[in-house]
Amino acid sequence: MVEEIGTTTEGDLIINVGPQHPATHGVLHLVITLNGETIKKVEPHLGFIHRSIEKMCESLTYRQFIYVTSRMDYLSAHINNHACALCVEKGLQIEIPARAQAIRVLMDELTRIASHELWWGAMAMDLGAFTPFFHAFRERETINDIMEETCGARLTMNYIVPGGVMQELHPDFQKRVKEFIVLYKRKIHEYDEMVTGNIIFQNRMKNVGYLSAEDAVSYGCTGPTARGSGVSCDIRKLYPYEVYDKVEFDEILETAGDSFARYMVRIREMQQSIRIIEQLIDNIPDGDFQAKTKAVLKLPKGEFYSRVETARGELGVYIVSEGGTTPYRIKFRSPGFSNLSALDHMARGGKLGDLIAMMGTLDLVIPDIDR
Amino acid sequence: MWSFSNIANNLHDWLSTTFNPTWTLIIEMVIAGIAVIGLFAALGLVLVIMERKVSAWMQIRVGPNRVGPKGMLQSLADTLKLLVKEGLTPNGADKLLFNVAPFIAMIVAMLLLAPIAFAKDFQLWDLNIGVLYVSAVSSIMVISILMAGWSSNNKYSLMGAMRSGAQIVSYELSAGLSILAIVVLTGSLRVSDIINSQADGWWIFKGHIPVIIAFVIFIIAVTAETNRAPFDLAEAESELTAGFHTEYSGMKFALFFLAEYVNIFVVCGIGATLFLGGWQPLHFGTGTQFNHIMDYIPSSLWFIGKTFFLIFVIMWFRWTFPRLRIDQLLNLEWKYLLPISMFNLLLVTLMAIMKWHF
Repeated sequence: MVEEIGTTTEGDLIINVGPQHPATHGVLHLVITLNGETIKKVEPHLGFIHRSIEKMCESLTYRQFIYVTSRMDYLSAHINNHACALCVEKGLQIEIPARAQAIRVLMDELTRIASHELWWGAMAMDLGAFTPFFHAFRERETINDIMEETCGARLTMNYIVPGGVMQELHPDFQKRVKEFIVLYKRKIHEYDEMVTGNIIFQNRMKNVGYLSAEDAVSYGCTGPTARGSGVSCDIRKLYPYEVYDKVEFDEILETAGDSFARYMVRIREMQQSIRIIEQLIDNIPDGDFQAKTKAVLKLPKGEFYSRVETARGELGVYIVSEGGTTPYRIKFRSPGFSNLSALDHMARGGKLGDLIAMMGTLDLVIPDIDR
Repeated sequence: MWSFSNIANNLHDWLSTTFNPTWTLIIEMVIAGIAVIGLFAALGLVLVIMERKVSAWMQIRVGPNRVGPKGMLQSLADTLKLLVKEGLTPNGADKLLFNVAPFIAMIVAMLLLAPIAFAKDFQLWDLNIGVLYVSAVSSIMVISILMAGWSSNNKYSLMGAMRSGAQIVSYELSAGLSILAIVVLTGSLRVSDIINSQADGWWIFKGHIPVIIAFVIFIIAVTAETNRAPFDLAEAESELTAGFHTEYSGMKFALFFLAEYVNIFVVCGIGATLFLGGWQPLHFGTGTQFNHIMDYIPSSLWFIGKTFFLIFVIMWFRWTFPRLRIDQLLNLEWKYLLPISMFNLLLVTLMAIMKWHF
């Protein structure tokens, strides 16, 4: 099945990981060529959960299509909605109220923490440790509860709309977020004790899955995957949107380029997200939560592009408008797809157990890759 | 005082007076066989529910809580479910080996129960090479795993079996060498001699640091030998789905599962016997009040308590640590544990010759 690639020779062991396999986090199919335990080649097969979201968006109005995008990268639904809303607002040239901007950033950062929490648990589970998964979900549940109160949903929030956010914050929002910050700070040391500082974990993660800065750029990696290799690519810093230029936070960079560096980037990013939330939670400006917009949105003829930093990397939204109520063409640049393409390069020469760890550090969400 | 040895002796006396010696022996063998089968099933069930409760406790969950009081009958219900399930044999599998493998695992686990002293004078078979017997028989386990992996006609199973083969054969060396440390100190391979030598104190207290090192190495090595996390590479579920028993279902799977747990019990029982005094109560000095109080606790409770403490430690490992990689696993054995345990054995031998131990 993979004869055309030169590295597969007669007698190599070819195993299929996925589409139904405990380590693929979804319906990803990897065809792995092995020499004993050593990986010669990894070939990802995509498309098992392709729902043609981009085509669907072309037949939906500019208000409607945002709801579909919650189903792309379902772990950062807010941020997907945000990217689409930014693109539409760019076309309409709407000024967003300051309150809506702060709420959007707060929601984005809460989503980022929730996404990284789930990644952390799944990452440890890929390495054979079950318990961290439950500890990660303990904190993630709190965020989901906060989301549920304000947005009415726990996973596909559909809260961010063109012009601002859909409705006012729940009265308890600030109190609950502050409680979450206290809880998080009280529990975060468990993460380091249980996983980060574990000698087995460090041996499994260090010096495996090396991705150099040049390779990270040439494969188009973004987000924590590229920042683990020392590539500065945080959209929040480089092309600030909303209030990211007004809050203080650091772009996390690790230079080692191995699995452990990518792991540490995400762990430290969670703390930066907490820092952003702490700055904003008491300083949400008063005012409208939504700008006045027309009932039917029509983008002027032209091409519009916006990008945001999701938990996985850069999400780009590209809209071509013919001036109608629906987009003429829409394209999402999803972070997972580019990050996955580096997997083969990273995994060659490694062991089968390492491949699972590398997939963990890429933080793949398959509906984001297939769309 | 009520104890297992009294029951066994009374039974033997009654049988001897009722039947002739041949029939007595036959009846006693049948009773012993039934006891082992019952023990095998009971240990499996108890350890499965224990594992699920321990894992739930560590993972901030409740665990099984529907079947029976506090869910204690859950593993019984699971076993009944597995009994009535269809045992599938995959296409292209080597049918004979595939079907025989789980029974070999079960038989090995049952054989291992023979030389364990469950209480004072309560032992199925006190043979003169008891400790050697345990390490010899437990290595047959690898054959059943290799058979299961090879005959399943599944690449995951094959890889799991090959990993397991390399792992068990390697770690047997350190397990054997750390057992030898106690054999050197005691001068006997017989289980009852080893236990009796600890009447004035357990070896882990009497043997200074070398015995503690041997104990730690023993625990690591038996964790690897029984394919438990962090050494569960043979059934690494995130890499190989279920490793060597991927293709097994129904009762054949359950036999592997129960055999694994009985194996854990056996190795922990051996650990308790060698290092923690078997059924000997905790004694400090001679004739103190403390020793008298300790003597009131039945010997069977002492043995079960020590064994289950070690089992808990091994479960603790499983729910705390991530898994090692295959090359790291073999490095750990051949580059660290084996040289350390060899050097340690030399120290213990020196200690035994010079009578430095208490």
